[in-house]
Amino acid sequence: MKLRELPLIDIRRRPLRSTALIVVAAILSAAVFGGQVVIRSLQRGLDSLKQRLGADIIVLPEGAENKVDLENILLQGTPGYFYMDKSAAEEIASIDGVDKLSAQYFLVSANAECCTVQVQIIGFDEQSDITVKPWLKEAYEGSLGKNEIIVGAGLATKVGHSLTLYGVECRAVGKLERTGTGLDTAVYATNETVRGLIKASAEQGIAVLSRQSPEDVVSSVYIKAAEGTDLDELTAAINTEVEGVQAVRTKSMMTETADRLGVISKGIAVFIAAVWVLAVIIMSAVFYLTANERKREFAVLRVMGFSRKKLSRLVLTEALITAGAGAAAGVILTSAAVLPFVNIIEQKTALPLLMPKTSAIVSAGAAVIITVLATGSAAAALSAYRLSHIDTGKILREGC
Amino acid sequence: MRISAEDIGYSYRKKGRSIRVLETVSFAPKAGELTVITGRSGSGKTTLLNVLAGLLIPEDGRVMYDGRDICRADDGELSAFRNVNIGYIPQGHSALANLTLLQNILLPAALAGEDRTDTALELLQAVGLEKLKNAYPDELSGGELRRLAAARALINSPTVIFADEPTNDLDDENAAVILSLLKARAKEGAAVIIVTHDNMVSGYAYKVYTMDGGRLSEKENDHDDTLCRPLVS
Repeated sequence: MKLRELPLIDIRRRPLRSTALIVVAAILSAAVFGGQVVIRSLQRGLDSLKQRLGADIIVLPEGAENKVDLENILLQGTPGYFYMDKSAAEEIASIDGVDKLSAQYFLVSANAECCTVQVQIIGFDEQSDITVKPWLKEAYEGSLGKNEIIVGAGLATKVGHSLTLYGVECRAVGKLERTGTGLDTAVYATNETVRGLIKASAEQGIAVLSRQSPEDVVSSVYIKAAEGTDLDELTAAINTEVEGVQAVRTKSMMTETADRLGVISKGIAVFIAAVWVLAVIIMSAVFYLTANERKREFAVLRVMGFSRKKLSRLVLTEALITAGAGAAAGVILTSAAVLPFVNIIEQKTALPLLMPKTSAIVSAGAAVIITVLATGSAAAALSAYRLSHIDTGKILREGC
Repeated sequence: MRISAEDIGYSYRKKGRSIRVLETVSFAPKAGELTVITGRSGSGKTTLLNVLAGLLIPEDGRVMYDGRDICRADDGELSAFRNVNIGYIPQGHSALANLTLLQNILLPAALAGEDRTDTALELLQAVGLEKLKNAYPDELSGGELRRLAAARALINSPTVIFADEPTNDLDDENAAVILSLLKARAKEGAAVIIVTHDNMVSGYAYKVYTMDGGRLSEKENDHDDTLCRPLVS
């Protein structure tokens, strides 16, 4: 028999107590790890969205539903489209403080025979673009030709394969990295391609535009303000001077999303704190009650020659083993239960969830295990002190 | 090993009252002798044993082992000393419920960093428990548990053995097994000190002391001297 086997023997021979401690540690670990992954995913998704909306101001056709539609396109991946007169873009360009501007087209492919899949199509102008191209470069270095598209990470289409949109064969020349947002299920093409698709939709008998020509409309205008411009004033100026449009600061859009994510993150943090406090109370109670039961056993160990330090170490080792087993189980089970389903969670919750990198998940898991180990040790510390400072003589004399 | 307790005084508190248990006790059991301390319940016998084993630190006096005062040793030193040099059979049941009989006996050796499986098996045989080596304490009778405690106290071949009421609640046969084992250790040179109020035990002793009102006094003993004379002086 080896002395180091003693904690393991004690754990094995007290299955009820050990299982209770392992389960509590596993719940704590799962809550902290799961919460951590979700919070980090939300933050990463938000950062990714911020990066993708590189403009200061977005101009949309007037009407509250258009702003909601845009948010749905960006966050939930719900395909949508809206149009305004192209002349609005020209009027905006003449307003003081506008440095660069670029128009985009939104189009939705039909859920019909003419189209392989129903997706959000985003058209952009390669010459003036300020928002799409910087991150499109990650997927495709060249210039997009007619009927060439770049597909979001959420679509099954591979590079080199084609998607049929309104009967037009569009070849995928690049695939973007995941963003955790609705943009993952979109395809990107030049304005020319999208205008062609709008015409093709009319030929297929699906009228996206009832009266106007695709040459005369745009869906949104992205604005980069000149340096030193007051963005609120510029937004107000656009809203006043250009008819039929609404200008929205991207920051305010992001702030709304960030606020929502902040509330969710806070909720998760409160949940983690509550689970943690509960776990400390339960673990401490289990160790405390066990300490009372084990006084005689520890008195016998003292008689054999166990020092106070060795007795403390014995209690803490048992706590560390049970807490460690529970923590590892919690992290593994959470990984198995959450990570494979993050896409579904993203769709169901309509939140920009972008999974942290594997290295970040591993380090979060390690940090959670260390936290749970520290919690287990802290919960056992009082019992370890009590058991190592028992009055051996009294216990032996009085038998309790 | 030379052991001496010099002018030991000890009190403990009960319900806010200080109760003097040992009153200037001096005692020097010898190696190779089996010494018995008798006395009424509550006379301070177990307290004296605990002080001698370094489990209680006396208020007055000192406990010397080979000229060294163990009361001044730190906990780590004293614990290591107790592990290697002292075998202690506590009163009542002292088996560790989570360990098998063999593991119970081996634990003090494991604490000393030694593997004494052969010795443990010999001891189990000596106390008649070899067939139960893989059993757990809850499968044993009271008598078997006392024999187990005796075997465990002897695993590190201690030079000093303290036994607190080792024959309590035992039938004559079980009592004889334990006392014979302790007597054999005394013959091999260990100092064996037994605390008991069982008069039968005194028959095995070389010296008998009586504890009364916290004071210890040597008693005339009519034992068979040929059986209990010291082999090492």
